[in-house]
Order: sequence, then C-alpha cells, then structure tokens
Amino acid sequence: MDIPYTFQERRDTGLTNGKIGIWLFLASEVMLFGALFASYILIRTGSPSWPRGDTVLDVYLATFNTIVLITSSVTMVMAWASLMRRKFGTFRLYMGATILLGAVFLVVKYFEYSHHFAIGEGPSHSNFLAVYYTLTGLHMLHVFGGMVVNAYFWGPGSKLYQTNPVWFTNRVEHSGLFWHFVDLVWIFLFPTLYLL
Amino acid sequence: MSSDHGATSDHADHAGHDPADIDRHVKVYITVFVALMILTVVTVAISRFHLSVPIAVTVALFVAIVKGSLVAGYFMHLVSEKKLILAVLALTVAFFFVLLALPVLTHENGFWIPNVEQAAPAHTEEPHK
Repeated sequence: MDIPYTFQERRDTGLTNGKIGIWLFLASEVMLFGALFASYILIRTGSPSWPRGDTVLDVYLATFNTIVLITSSVTMVMAWASLMRRKFGTFRLYMGATILLGAVFLVVKYFEYSHHFAIGEGPSHSNFLAVYYTLTGLHMLHVFGGMVVNAYFWGPGSKLYQTNPVWFTNRVEHSGLFWHFVDLVWIFLFPTLYLL
Repeated sequence: MSSDHGATSDHADHAGHDPADIDRHVKVYITVFVALMILTVVTVAISRFHLSVPIAVTVALFVAIVKGSLVAGYFMHLVSEKKLILAVLALTVAFFFVLLALPVLTHENGFWIPNVEQAAPAHTEEPHK
C-alpha cells in the first residue's frame, strides 16, 4: 500500500507527511541541543574559573567554518529553488556545492581536533574542552548525517525526479530544513564556545 | 487509504509558487546571505573589545538570535509556514527555555535542589567508624 500525502498536501493541515515529520524531528533536535546548552550553562556557572574561548581555540578557523556553513545553507536553498524552477542541472550544481562545503567544514574541524589532541588537550583535559568536544562532536555528526542524505539526493535518489519531480522537490526541501538547522546550531555554538 | 503517487502535473504551481515568485525568493536569499556574513564579522569584531562577561554574553546572544531568526525565517521559510508547524515550534521553544532555566533555578537555591552549604553538615556530623 502506498503511503498517502507524500507530496499532496492534506486538506486539514495544508502539509505533507514529510513536512510535518521533519519539523517534529527538528523539534526533538532542539530539545537535544537544548539539554546540552543547559548543561554547558550549569558547568560554566558552577566552575570557579572558565577560560575565554579565544584563549584556547582558534577563532579564525571557526570564523572560516561559520562562513563555510552559512554559504552551504545558501547553496542548499538555491538547490531547492532550482528544482522549483525545474532546472535539474542547476540543482545538482548547487547540491554538489553544499556537500563539498560540508566536507570543507569537517576537514577544518579535523585539523582543529588534531591540533588539540597533539598538544594533549583531549576531552579530559578540562571542563571547557569536555563541553567543547561534546557540543562540536555532536554537531559534526549532524553535518555528516546531512551530507549523507544530500549525497543520496545528488546521486541515486535523484532518479525520483524523472518520475515524480514534485515529490523529489519536497524531499530536497526536507533535507534542506535539516541542513539549515545544523547551520542554526552552529550560529549559536560559535560565539558560545569560541568568543565568550 | 488514498494515494497521491504518480500525479506529477502542474509543477510550476507546486506549493503555491510560480517562477516569478521563486525569483523573488532567490533575491531574498542573497540579501539574507549578505546580512549573515556582515553579522558574522560583527560578532567576531565585538569579541575583540573584551567586554565584561555579562555584556559580551548579551551582545553575542543578541547577534546570534538575529542571525538564527534570518536562517529560520527565510531559509527555512518560517515566515510563510503553516500554523500547525508554528504551533509545534512555539511549544518546542517554550520547553527549550524551561530547559535553559533549570541551571538558573539551581543557582538561586532552587526549588528542589538542596543548598550544598546546608546539606553538607549532615554528612560531616556522622561519626566515623
């Protein structure tokens, strides 16, 4: 039996299953990161001393990564807009750029992590670094997850466009919502960990 | 159970958007992108002033909230989203703030977490065996 309302909107809600599903998932993600942010506040305010982020971490690399992630959000939304215009070639270009920018973000984080581990600054080194690795590690997993989904829609998943472009466009919109959420989390992580 | 598979006509009217509408959206995306870049530079520049922690936190969070609102409002289309989604998010935001308030409550000799200084003597008075 086919799943209903995969691309046709329900009359009562005006939404497809996928749209309501992704937003409910993102709501649960807000609570996940909310719990970690609350833990951060608790640990920081309960600590007798707390270093400024820029004395421990590399602000320039993080600023570069912020620019990378914001740019990837724009390319993601442009990929969706290309599908809305029924320009599949342009979609693949923008989606490819989004995946590439996600990879750049992870590579930069790899260099950041490697540097800290090389000088013995692992998660057990201090409360600050424990919080840093927990929050950025979870965020990196989200970036990687988003990249996998986007890569699927760039490659094998794009076959759906030939048979049902509306459904495919909806799917890309939903993966885009997740990607923008990942960007949104970083927008708060960046000043919290690196600048304050 | 109804099925909507196979219906692929009327693509341009998908989600109530026409090509001209999409062009307008794209212009908004570019404007938001520029605004986000400027605000990122502003965030880093402000941190260079080495303000006191309360002021620095307030300013940094204010800029982050503005940036976050731009992403959520325009890239995630919340400015034109259906009421059900907005209702779900309103509930989420309410619980999110409850979560963030928990540490604050503990630091004000919270309603349910005992004050450490009051609780400590009970343990120290216990005779050692």
